[in-house]
Amino acid sequence: MRGPTTVEPVPGRTDELIINMGPQHPATHGVLKVVIGVEGERITRAVPHIGFLHRNHEKIEEARTYPQIITYTDRMDYVSGLQNELPFILAVEDLLGVEVPPRAKLIRTIFFELFRIASHLVWLGTGMLDLGAITPFLYTFRDREMILEITEKTAGARMLPNYFTFGGVRRDVHPDFFKDVAHFLDFFETRLPDYYALVLDSPVFQARAVGVGVLSRERAIARGASGPVIRASGVAYDVRKAEPYDAYPELEFEVPTRPEGDVFARFWVRFKEMEESVKIIRQALEKTPKTGPYKGKVPPRVKPKPGARYRAVEISRGHLGTYVVSDGSERPLRVKHRSPSFANLQLIPDLFVGARFADAIAILSSLDPVFGEVDR
Amino acid sequence: MLWQLFVTAVKALVLILALLFTFAYITWIMRRGLARFQVRLGPNRVGPAGLLQPIADAVKAIFKEDLTVARADRVLYWLAPLIAFTFALAAFAVIPVGPDGWVVANLDMGVLYVFAVSELAVYGIFLAGWASGSKYPLMGGLRSIAALVGYELALGMAILPVVLMAGSLNLQDIVAWQQTHGYFILWQFPAFLVYFVASLAEMSRTPFDFAEAEQELVAGFHTEYASMKFVSFYIAELLHWITGSALIATLFLGGWAAPFGLPQIPVLWLFLKWAIFIFLVLWIWASWFRTRYDQMIRFAWGVLLPAATVWFLITAYYVAKGGAL
Amino acid sequence: MDPLLEYLNALIYLGIAALIGVAMLLLGALLGPKRPGRTKLAAYESGNEPMGYAKRFPAHFYAVGMLFILFDVEVAFLWPYAVNAGKLGLAGFAAALLFTLVLLLGLFFEWRKGVMKWDR
Repeated sequence: MRGPTTVEPVPGRTDELIINMGPQHPATHGVLKVVIGVEGERITRAVPHIGFLHRNHEKIEEARTYPQIITYTDRMDYVSGLQNELPFILAVEDLLGVEVPPRAKLIRTIFFELFRIASHLVWLGTGMLDLGAITPFLYTFRDREMILEITEKTAGARMLPNYFTFGGVRRDVHPDFFKDVAHFLDFFETRLPDYYALVLDSPVFQARAVGVGVLSRERAIARGASGPVIRASGVAYDVRKAEPYDAYPELEFEVPTRPEGDVFARFWVRFKEMEESVKIIRQALEKTPKTGPYKGKVPPRVKPKPGARYRAVEISRGHLGTYVVSDGSERPLRVKHRSPSFANLQLIPDLFVGARFADAIAILSSLDPVFGEVDR
Repeated sequence: MLWQLFVTAVKALVLILALLFTFAYITWIMRRGLARFQVRLGPNRVGPAGLLQPIADAVKAIFKEDLTVARADRVLYWLAPLIAFTFALAAFAVIPVGPDGWVVANLDMGVLYVFAVSELAVYGIFLAGWASGSKYPLMGGLRSIAALVGYELALGMAILPVVLMAGSLNLQDIVAWQQTHGYFILWQFPAFLVYFVASLAEMSRTPFDFAEAEQELVAGFHTEYASMKFVSFYIAELLHWITGSALIATLFLGGWAAPFGLPQIPVLWLFLKWAIFIFLVLWIWASWFRTRYDQMIRFAWGVLLPAATVWFLITAYYVAKGGAL
Repeated sequence: MDPLLEYLNALIYLGIAALIGVAMLLLGALLGPKRPGRTKLAAYESGNEPMGYAKRFPAHFYAVGMLFILFDVEVAFLWPYAVNAGKLGLAGFAAALLFTLVLLLGLFFEWRKGVMKWDR
C-alpha cells in the first residue's frame, strides 16, 4: 500500500501547522526530512522524505572489481563502518568457496562487536543530546575514541577502515591489540554503571521515554523492522543467532528483548547489547591465538563462479544483507544491499502520528537511523 | 533634587555596565564550566585561559549582518529584543548589593516590582516568536509563554511566605529581617525549594529550557534573529540567570549581609552567595535532561502551585497567631 | 528619602537600560554588512521553501493564558494581606484562608475540566 507522499495543507483549516522537519534541522540525525502536521503539540500527519544522501552505491558497485567494492560498503552505515563490509565479504567468500581460518573469524568478530559498542555509543550520545542532555555526548565520544584508536593501530584508519577482506582480514592485528582491547573492556565496564545512572535510571528520562512511541510486535514485523527496534518490541530476532556467521556459533551470548516496544525499551535493549558485546569480545579474546593465519587462500584475481548469494549480518542497527550476483567476471553483475535503517524508517508515520512534537525527537533517536545507509 | 537624580543615573549606569560585564563573563564561566563537566577544555585560545573570548564574540556579533526576515512584522520584530533586554535588566534595580544607598531604587514594593518586570519580559519572547512569521519561533514562543506563566504563579506563591514573615515587600527590609532572625532558607525551606525549581523555568535553564529546545525547535523563539538582535535575547536570557540567582540569594540567603559576623563588605557577600546558585544551575544543566513541556506545565500547576499555596497558609497561620517574630 | 522618589529612580534605570538596548541594536544594524537576498530573508523552514501560515495559535494556549490572568490577579490580592498579616491576626487569616481555598477550588475545577490535558 502506498502512503501519502506529501502533506498538503487542508484548505480552510488553520489550526493545523505544517512543519518541515529537516533536512536542515538539528535533530534529524543527518538529512532526513519529515513533513509533519501538528495541532498544537500533537502530530496529525507525518511523511518522511529520504534521498538527500543518495550516492548511487549499488550502481557504482557494478562497475568496480570485487576488492574495490569493500571500500564502498564501509560508507553505508558510516557510524559502524567496519560492520558493513561483512555481508558482502561473506557472500563473495561463499561464491569463491574460500575457507576462512578460525583465527581470522575471531578477529573479525572482535572488531564487529567493538564497532557495535562504538556505534551504540554514538547513538547514546546523540540521543541524549536530542533529549536535552549535553554531557553524555562528550562522555560517550571519549569512550568511542578508544575503540577508534584500537582500529587505527591495526587497520590504519579509524571510522572506515576497509579492514576485512575475502578470506579473513587484510593484515595481522597490531601487537598491542589484545592488551588494548582488554584494557578498553575493563574501562568500559566501569563506565556502563555511569551511563545507567545518567540515562536509564534518571526519572526525567523515564518520564520522557516510558510509554512513548509504542511499536507493537505485529507492526514491527509487518514493517520489516530489525535490530534493537524489533527486539524492543518483543521479537527475539538476531541474525547472529538466526543465521550465525563468523565465530558467533562458538560464542555464548544472549539476545536482550523487551516486550513494551516504547522508546525506553529501545534504549534499554541497546544498553544490554553493549553489555553482551563486552561478554562476546571477552570470550573471543580468550579463544584467539596470539599468532597464526589471519587470511585464507584467495586467488589474486577475485573472480567468483557465476551465481548469486545473499548473506546477512546483524549490524548495530539490525539486519544488513547483501545480495551479490556474479557472472564469473571480475565485476559483479548486481549488488543489492538490504539496510536496516531504511526499513526501520518506514515506522515513522506509524510512530509519529498521535505522538507529541517533542516526542517525535525521542522516537527518531530511538530508531537510530544513519542516512548513509538509508539512502546509500 | 536634580543632584539626586544625577546620582541615580550614575548608579544605574554603573549597575547596568556591571551587569553587562557579568553577562560577558558568565558566558565564559558557562562555557569553561560546562567544559569541565564534560571532560574537555572549553574556549582557551583568545587571551589567557580564553578570558578575552567574550570580547571577541561581542565584536563578531556587532559586525554580523542584521537581517529582518521578509515575512516578519517589522515593528514588533524590532521591539521584541528591546523589550526582552530592557526588562531582563530591570529586575536588578531593586536588589540591594550593600547597606542603604547601595541600591538603585529602594522600592517599598520591591518584590512586586521584580514580578512585574519579569512578567513583562515574557512579552519579549512571545512577540519575537509571533513577529518572526516563522513556524519554529512561533512554537517556541507559545511554549515559553504557556510554561513561564505557570512558573510565574508558583514563583509568586513561593515568595509570599517570605513576605509574610518579613512583613515587607522591600528587599532591604527582607535582608534586615534575615540578619536578625536567620536566613529564610532555614525558616522557609519548602518555599525555597518551590522557588528554586520555578526559578529554573524562569531562567529557562535545564530541565525546563523548552522555550528553545534546540533539538525540536531549532533555536526556539530567536531562530530568526541575527546580529545584535540575537545578542539582545542572549543577554536577556543569561541576565535572567544572573538576576534570578541574585534574587534567590537575597530572599533566602540573607543577600548582601555577611554571614557569621564577618566584616560587611558591600557587593562581595552577595557575589559569593550569588555564585553558589550560578554554579548550582550550571551543575543541573550539565547533568540533566530536558523534561517534556506538557509534563512541566502540569508540574507547575499541579504540584508547585498547590504546594506553595499550602505552605503559604501554614506560614500565614503561624504569623497570624502572633508567632510573627 | 521620599519613597515616591524611588519610583523615579526605577524609571531612570529603566530608561537607561532601554537606551543601551536601543544603542546596541542600532550599532548592530549600522555596522553590519547589508547583503540581503531572497533566500536569506526567507523564514527558516529547515532548508525548504516556507509554506503555510505561521501566525495562528492553537486555541488551547488561550485557555492557559486566561487561566493565568485569573490566578495572577487573584494572587495579587494576597500581597497586601501578606504584608499586614501580623497586624490582622487570626481574623485576617480566616479571610485569607477562605480566599485561598476558593482559589484552590478553582484550580481543582479547572484541572478536572481538563485544561491541563494537552493531548486529545
